[in-house]
Amino acid sequence: MAGARGGGTDRMSALLREAAMTGLLVFGLAVALVGVRIQDGAALTPLLFRFDDAFTAAAAAAMGRLGVALLREGRAAPVLAGGTAVALAVALAQFFFPAHPLMLALLFDTAMPNWLITAFAGFLALSAGWRLRRARAAQGAGVPLEAILSNRDAAMDRIGAEVQRVARYAGPLILLLALALPLMPFADRRLIDVAILVVTYIMLGWGLNIVVGLAGLLDLGYVAFYAVGAYAYALLAQYSGLSFWICLPFAGIMAAFAGLLLGFPVLRLRGDYLAIVTLGFGEMIRIILLNWYQFTGGPNGLSGVPRPSFFGLPFTASPPEGGHSFHTFVSLFWPLDFSPNHRVVFLYYVILAMAMITNLFTLRIRRLPIGRAWEALREDEIACRSLGINPTNTKLTAFAIGAGFAGFAGSFFAARQGFVSPESFSFIESAVILAIVVLGGMGSQIGVVLAAVLLIGLPEFFRDLHQYRMVAFGAAMVAIMLWRPAGLLAHREPTMRLKVPAARGGGT
Amino acid sequence: MEYFTQQLINGITLGAIYALIAIGYTMVYGIIGMINFAHGEVFMIGAFISIITFLLLGLFGITWAPLAILVALLVTMALTPLYGWALERIAYRPLRHSPRLAALITAIGMSIFLQNYVQLVQGARIKPLQPVVTGGIEIMRRDDFVVTLSTMQILIVVLTVTLMAGFTLLIQRTALGRAQRACEQDLKMAALVGVDVDRTIALTFVMGAVLASVAGLIFLLHYGVVDFHIGFNAGIKAFTAAVLGGIGSLPGAMLGGLLIGLIEAFWSAYFSVEYKDVAAFTVLIVVLIFRPTGLLGKPDIEKV
Amino acid sequence: MNALPLLSVERLTMRFGGLMAVDDVSFAAETGHITAIIGPNGAGKTTLFNCLTGFYAPTSGLMRLAHDGGEFLLERMEGFRIAARAKVARTFQNIRLFRGMSVLENLIVAQHNRLMRASGYTLAGLIGLGVYRDAERQAVERARYWLEQVGLTALADLDAGGLPYGDQRLLEIARAMCTEPRLLCLDEPAAGLNARESAGLNALLTFIRNTHRIGVLLIEHDMSVVMSISDRIVVLDYGRKIAEGAPEAVRRDPAVIRAYLGEEEGAP
Repeated sequence: MAGARGGGTDRMSALLREAAMTGLLVFGLAVALVGVRIQDGAALTPLLFRFDDAFTAAAAAAMGRLGVALLREGRAAPVLAGGTAVALAVALAQFFFPAHPLMLALLFDTAMPNWLITAFAGFLALSAGWRLRRARAAQGAGVPLEAILSNRDAAMDRIGAEVQRVARYAGPLILLLALALPLMPFADRRLIDVAILVVTYIMLGWGLNIVVGLAGLLDLGYVAFYAVGAYAYALLAQYSGLSFWICLPFAGIMAAFAGLLLGFPVLRLRGDYLAIVTLGFGEMIRIILLNWYQFTGGPNGLSGVPRPSFFGLPFTASPPEGGHSFHTFVSLFWPLDFSPNHRVVFLYYVILAMAMITNLFTLRIRRLPIGRAWEALREDEIACRSLGINPTNTKLTAFAIGAGFAGFAGSFFAARQGFVSPESFSFIESAVILAIVVLGGMGSQIGVVLAAVLLIGLPEFFRDLHQYRMVAFGAAMVAIMLWRPAGLLAHREPTMRLKVPAARGGGT
Repeated sequence: MEYFTQQLINGITLGAIYALIAIGYTMVYGIIGMINFAHGEVFMIGAFISIITFLLLGLFGITWAPLAILVALLVTMALTPLYGWALERIAYRPLRHSPRLAALITAIGMSIFLQNYVQLVQGARIKPLQPVVTGGIEIMRRDDFVVTLSTMQILIVVLTVTLMAGFTLLIQRTALGRAQRACEQDLKMAALVGVDVDRTIALTFVMGAVLASVAGLIFLLHYGVVDFHIGFNAGIKAFTAAVLGGIGSLPGAMLGGLLIGLIEAFWSAYFSVEYKDVAAFTVLIVVLIFRPTGLLGKPDIEKV
Repeated sequence: MNALPLLSVERLTMRFGGLMAVDDVSFAAETGHITAIIGPNGAGKTTLFNCLTGFYAPTSGLMRLAHDGGEFLLERMEGFRIAARAKVARTFQNIRLFRGMSVLENLIVAQHNRLMRASGYTLAGLIGLGVYRDAERQAVERARYWLEQVGLTALADLDAGGLPYGDQRLLEIARAMCTEPRLLCLDEPAAGLNARESAGLNALLTFIRNTHRIGVLLIEHDMSVVMSISDRIVVLDYGRKIAEGAPEAVRRDPAVIRAYLGEEEGAP
């Protein structure tokens, strides 16, 4: 009895030590960077001290770690109590006395991290509560708790499979919703702008999915092809005066050609090397755009890029001489007043159509020999060579096709913005697109949609918190990947079935 | 000739910074076969901790250069590696047996996080520092053109060489170095013969971070400014250096860093400053195509 | 008519730095025969295979493949062309399946080049021409045939990586056969199989030789397999050929016995 108790206190002190170490580590991390802020400009005191915040961070981290460790040990009750208490206390303090000196000393000086503490404490309390309920249910049913917990991963895979199956029917439904979106009463200009942005990233994600998800080629410079497409359209339109619809295919072909040009020498490289070379290529393109003043306008970019017309009918308030603009033309059949929203809605449908073409193309090509060869290359290149598949050519097609779709998206981007500049094509864009593909679950089309909505759509509605946006973005990438290393909806359906008549029993 | 000498000196200084960062890349790649994508940010954090220390010391009136540099060196070498350690613990260890892409994504996520975290807590503006070390030696002169070897540059090279020598000794002579090399050969075997693999990998990240933090300090001393963005560019260059020298090889990283520094200095001097990064990347691509194992890397035979 | 043998290897040498992995080896393999290559670990058998299938470029020597009136000099061809044009297929010592793809898909990928042509290099396939649909149906039929031969029909729609070990070995052979090779190179197909599976493998290899009349090269440690099904045996030791002949003759060869019993003697 005494021994067991002794073991208990040993465990307890080990947990406490673990928590203390975490606190110490976080203090070490925070003491300089958070504790001392360098004041910009010629302030009298060059430094601003915030050591109390470093302490707060350390204390919060230690308590959080303790909570997690207790949960791991199966002691949910104290976590439930403690988590609730902390969450409530911090939330109330932040809500009622945001400027009280005691509160400033104990908590962070800015609201956001305090809410974060509240959220995490609340999360811990909730999961503790969930465990307690589960444990009671398990006791009743005689299933060990560990079995339920270890099943969670399998459950997520089943969810992935389920979503995939539902997607076949839900896909058209989502598409219908997407089509109806501009007609909804709540669809204001801002919402549609965000929707255009999200669909652009969905298209980019689907395009990159061909390269990374299917062919397994790690491309960290995808944005370079996006840039090539955008500048190709801007320059073509500027120098030739051709319309969007004629320039669009050229822009795509130019980008695909850039893909071939880069891919030819570098596609022999192994995965990580390929990643770094594509990254370098992306930066090279950006630097060239930045410095080739005569041609690209340098850092100022190119402005006055022509907007797409409705197949020849411009979206202008007053029609061009001797012609029609969109609303006057429509008015011939149906009375319609000019509205600047027409263009936005039209752009939305354009990008939606382009994205759907990308999607249908991918779905179709997966079932063709080239698509299967891409996936086979991803699985095992050596085996592919032993089967007579030309690895370089096969990779090159994936690379060029992916680049082509980026080029299409790029020319749409240029046409929508009305101007292009190099800063839209920095590495972070490539990282975001890659994150969409990988987080969604490599190779999963519906996963890309989910990830794009999560990563692009949601943050757009938190623009006011823009300084936290990218921090949260990075943290979310890490967290989702740790939680589901294969991506949110990673489940692959075979591209063909033998249709074996004998029913496959459950259990496998 | 004078102009050339000056560029040579500048190139070597720059090369020292790249080499110090490149070692971190090469060691991590050697041991777990992955690019530590956030290593550039560790370097940036090292530079920030250095400037904070200098400013703090300035507040207390300690401006005697040797003491200030020594203190800053100690502080940044003590605090920055915590970031290296945390990076490994959060972004790499849990994913060691997952698809490689997963760890790369977490590393990119960490890189974005750290960059923006520093922007959040320190602001986006460039942070300047008064020159700590001034003066130099005039080594050549023709007409108006003076070639100077500043005290700072001497200091940088001495610091780098000392650090690298010490580091090489550490890898070759100590038990930790032995464990590290064993893990590079074969993680599973090393674990079987009793090497604490987790600890060794963590220490590899820490050692890389120590060197990167010194590189950060040197960067600060040399350029006199830091901002939250310096990690990205320096990181890519240093990785290029590591690949150029042969990834996984320590002397290779040092040589590669030096070469990239020289290429950049001379390209800027004789061709165009704007395209110096393009030059570095072109070198990377050419090396990878014609000699994928780098200059000093071991040739690897494809295992079938 | 004195036709050329299917495969003739002449004075093949492969050197890695100072190591002679394959040292001046010559032998021939006939269509319709199973030729076994045996030897202690590290004798250079897999390296020989890697040279034959184009994964390594040999230091020197000739490898000539002759069938259907055509002649191929393997040492001058890229690996994937050896498989596609010279029709050499192989399996791997450490199984290399497309683990994340289904069993059936593994067999369809093996017919890539034929399907690629039928799909008009993707363009015709993209718009769904009938030519491609027919070709795909044929490919599925061929896959079904080989699935039946190796007894995996019921598992066709499962992930290849989830199959039991023995089934993975069989699937790899089926996949190689789906490329319709003239020479099949098997790298230790019986490794890790139990006695029953091993017997099944013997039957399969005999069936391939007798029914499909192709040449089979077989690296194997399991002497019961080697002795019962091979028509000819080549013995390697330290990269050199130390014996060649019919199974009975090789079994009694003193050099072979010495190599296997590990008797120390000066360099030969």
